[in-house]
Amino acid sequence: MSTTMQPPTPLKHTNRLGYTLADYKGGDSTLCAGCGHDAITAQIIKAFYEYGVEPYRVAKLSGIGCSSKTPAYFLSHAHGFNGVHGRMPALATGVMLANQTLISIGVSGDGDTASIGMGQFVHLLRRNVPMIYIIENNGVYGLTKGQFSATADLGSKSKSGVSNDLPAIDVCAMAIELGCNFVARSFAGDVKQMIALLKAGLGHRGTALFDVISPCVTFNNHEGSTKSYKYAKDHEELLHDISYVPFFEQITVDYPDGEAKDVELHDGSHIRLRKTDKGYDPTNKTEALNSLRKCQESNEFLTGLIYINEQNPDFLTLLNTVDAPLATLPQERVQPNEEALREIMADLM
Amino acid sequence: MGIPVSGKNLFPSNIAGLPTWFTIRANKDGWIARRKEIDFLIAMNAETAREDVLNLDPNRIVVYEETLKLNQYRKDLSFFPVPFAKLATQITPDSRLRKLLANMIYVGVVGELLEIDPNEMDLALTKQFKGKAKAVALNKTALDIGRKFAAENFDKTSVIYKTQRMNATKGKIIIDGNAAGALGCMFAGVTVATWYPITPSSSLCERLSDYMKDYRIEKDGKANFAIVQAEDELAAVGMAIGAGWAGARSVTSTAGPGISLMQEFIGLAYYAEIPVVIFDITRVGPSTGLPTRTQQSDILSMVYCSHGDTKHIVLLPASVEECFSMGYDAFDLSERFQTPVFVMSDLDLGMNNWMSDPFVYPKKKFDRGKVLSAEDLKRLGSFQRYGDVDGDGIPYRTLPGTNHPAAAYFTRGSGHNENAVYSERPDDYKRNMDRLNHKYETSRTYVPQPEVNDAKGARVGFLAFGTTHWAIIESLDQLKREYDMPVSYYRLRALPFTKDLVEFFERHDRVYVVEQNRDGQMAMLVKLELPAELISKLRNIRHYSGIPIDARFVTDELIAAEKGEQN
Repeated sequence: MSTTMQPPTPLKHTNRLGYTLADYKGGDSTLCAGCGHDAITAQIIKAFYEYGVEPYRVAKLSGIGCSSKTPAYFLSHAHGFNGVHGRMPALATGVMLANQTLISIGVSGDGDTASIGMGQFVHLLRRNVPMIYIIENNGVYGLTKGQFSATADLGSKSKSGVSNDLPAIDVCAMAIELGCNFVARSFAGDVKQMIALLKAGLGHRGTALFDVISPCVTFNNHEGSTKSYKYAKDHEELLHDISYVPFFEQITVDYPDGEAKDVELHDGSHIRLRKTDKGYDPTNKTEALNSLRKCQESNEFLTGLIYINEQNPDFLTLLNTVDAPLATLPQERVQPNEEALREIMADLM
Repeated sequence: MGIPVSGKNLFPSNIAGLPTWFTIRANKDGWIARRKEIDFLIAMNAETAREDVLNLDPNRIVVYEETLKLNQYRKDLSFFPVPFAKLATQITPDSRLRKLLANMIYVGVVGELLEIDPNEMDLALTKQFKGKAKAVALNKTALDIGRKFAAENFDKTSVIYKTQRMNATKGKIIIDGNAAGALGCMFAGVTVATWYPITPSSSLCERLSDYMKDYRIEKDGKANFAIVQAEDELAAVGMAIGAGWAGARSVTSTAGPGISLMQEFIGLAYYAEIPVVIFDITRVGPSTGLPTRTQQSDILSMVYCSHGDTKHIVLLPASVEECFSMGYDAFDLSERFQTPVFVMSDLDLGMNNWMSDPFVYPKKKFDRGKVLSAEDLKRLGSFQRYGDVDGDGIPYRTLPGTNHPAAAYFTRGSGHNENAVYSERPDDYKRNMDRLNHKYETSRTYVPQPEVNDAKGARVGFLAFGTTHWAIIESLDQLKREYDMPVSYYRLRALPFTKDLVEFFERHDRVYVVEQNRDGQMAMLVKLELPAELISKLRNIRHYSGIPIDARFVTDELIAAEKGEQN
């Protein structure tokens, strides 16, 4: 009899833990067909499956908004908490304080994070709470949305001709400045990049921030929508993965490292994505900020893993709490004994 | 000396430089509520001394810094001028220390005038400056100098007050309400505490932090708790709610303005049914109000916290002992009912030192509420997060991280059905809201019950809560001795009300709700609770100037009101 143990041959179509992809799925999306958020959802499912995370150990947090609805569409075997607008960071922090064995994923939008949620977002990053934090960013990039978000480009015009006079918030640059140790940007339609980044995020102990540009299909109710339909038909070559066949199809992209990709959004406007090239050093904070700035100046969005630092402690390490979940510590462990009370009382006499 | 004593600090909303008053009340009967009248004034502040002297009743005592020349303002008081600055030069050449030591000199003077046993004073001094030999020596010199000066220069015959040894303080402790509340939390096994600094609440979490460092660090140096000073009150309560959702006993502490900020999250915790304990150490409102003055004006804000139809459990401690025991109970209640539970203390209780019997160790098992484990789910097969299985309105929950395919559910502040699935159906919504109401009804028998004392022959009664209690019991004594008037007393200890309330009203002709706010917030709640035919018996006495209510106020108001009733 051999004394060495052979690892069991993995069953077909299961991950290293023995789960199937179906175990990571959630309910049906009620978002508009073609919504970028649904693409992100699919990538989350795939990334968690491929990385090998037990679904029951995941906690899904979100704020309020279209993106915040998505936790219902993935990992139905994980507890989810759709909170209040802009306050998901506080909830997520509390969850991790109570049980640091959970793997938290927070889903938010540009309004939820960069407008009402700006305060909590900043402090979450400072604390470095261990979690994946995804901003499903459909802010205005020369789009014709009704309201601008805080990430809207300066000078972009709404359909009615109103111009945005306020500078855009670059959440990635801000996050790096605030001490975030994992800052990534991607595009909802870049399946390869997203999944790779998500898996990297799962391996990172601390806040892993994802700014994901996620085009909105429903930003105007005018006849202009037929223009979008026409656009989708004209740009079939962009679609590498035809898993959806709605009126508005997902915009997907795939382009090499170091290169720029011009992407036309549903309303006919353009954004330009530039991938960090192979020689890019994401551990260099200065280079990261400079690269972001350079791309901004050429009206491009830098995508990829922009900055990473594996040295800094996460919030729970700083608090030096016991490893076991605080939530379920038994009474004997958390209730000081009668002698302790006697001692305290004696001191007050 | 064994004399019952209480101390109240009256301080301005400022860090340094403005006048403050400290009032000590000592009497053989043990009354500790604030007393309007000052009998013995120690005037050290030039800005306020004149007004303080003018406000005294005749024949009272004034010890004062000689250079203030206070004896020019009245002829009917006993003045004891002391050259503090000069005396202090005998102790130390350090001018900064001299200013501080003036305080200890007057302690010596007062001790001599009131005949407080010098040995007791020395003992107290040693205890106060435990371990700091130099400080003890310096201060003892100051004490002695004060005593000597008074003995050699003052004629004590006009001092109409004297202390005499008693036995009323043996074994008692002195503690402030916030520290007591912190102890309640610690012994309740709180594991997550979050807070944002605000007067008069800050010291609760600060003391909790101190105690936890002493008693909740394990042998390997790791903490079995987390205390986080959040960036604001919204974050503080949000973290506490996130922790409660994940199964931890969590607490946050704040004051009125913080409650306003926390409303949205509290509504979420109510509707999604998540446990969390919230201390409100109330102060004068509205808005920034008087941050260093006391009031009971957050009652409606707490009971109905948040928009929509919400109703919350509120515990009403009246003493430091109840800050401890109700602080403890709050966690059991919060987890049993899966809902926010408020503990309403106030600035007077929270920040002043009170005498108390030592706290009793809670010898019961924690009530962690209806939580299903993976084993339970294996046995049951499935569960409904918001189903009323037991008929008490309280559903079962699972915690994130439970290894069973039926464990997970989606928590949301939007409409949901029994399975926690999003629902806009009218029947689902109404059924859920009715169940939440039913849950609240169930809590009536779980919350701290009222203390009801029917006075023999009484036709009227007081209803009061919190620190008003101390003025009430003294007033009851005044009413009996001075007016031969028996009055019953219903001490409310929590909301929601119990059936005792209606029965109390049935037994009396009139019930006076005594409270410390302008609009009679508790009287409003009582009114809502009473059947129509009893509402005519409701009366209201309100004290809301920011200083603690006193017994004479209550007595005078009642007598005046009752006189009005006879006409």
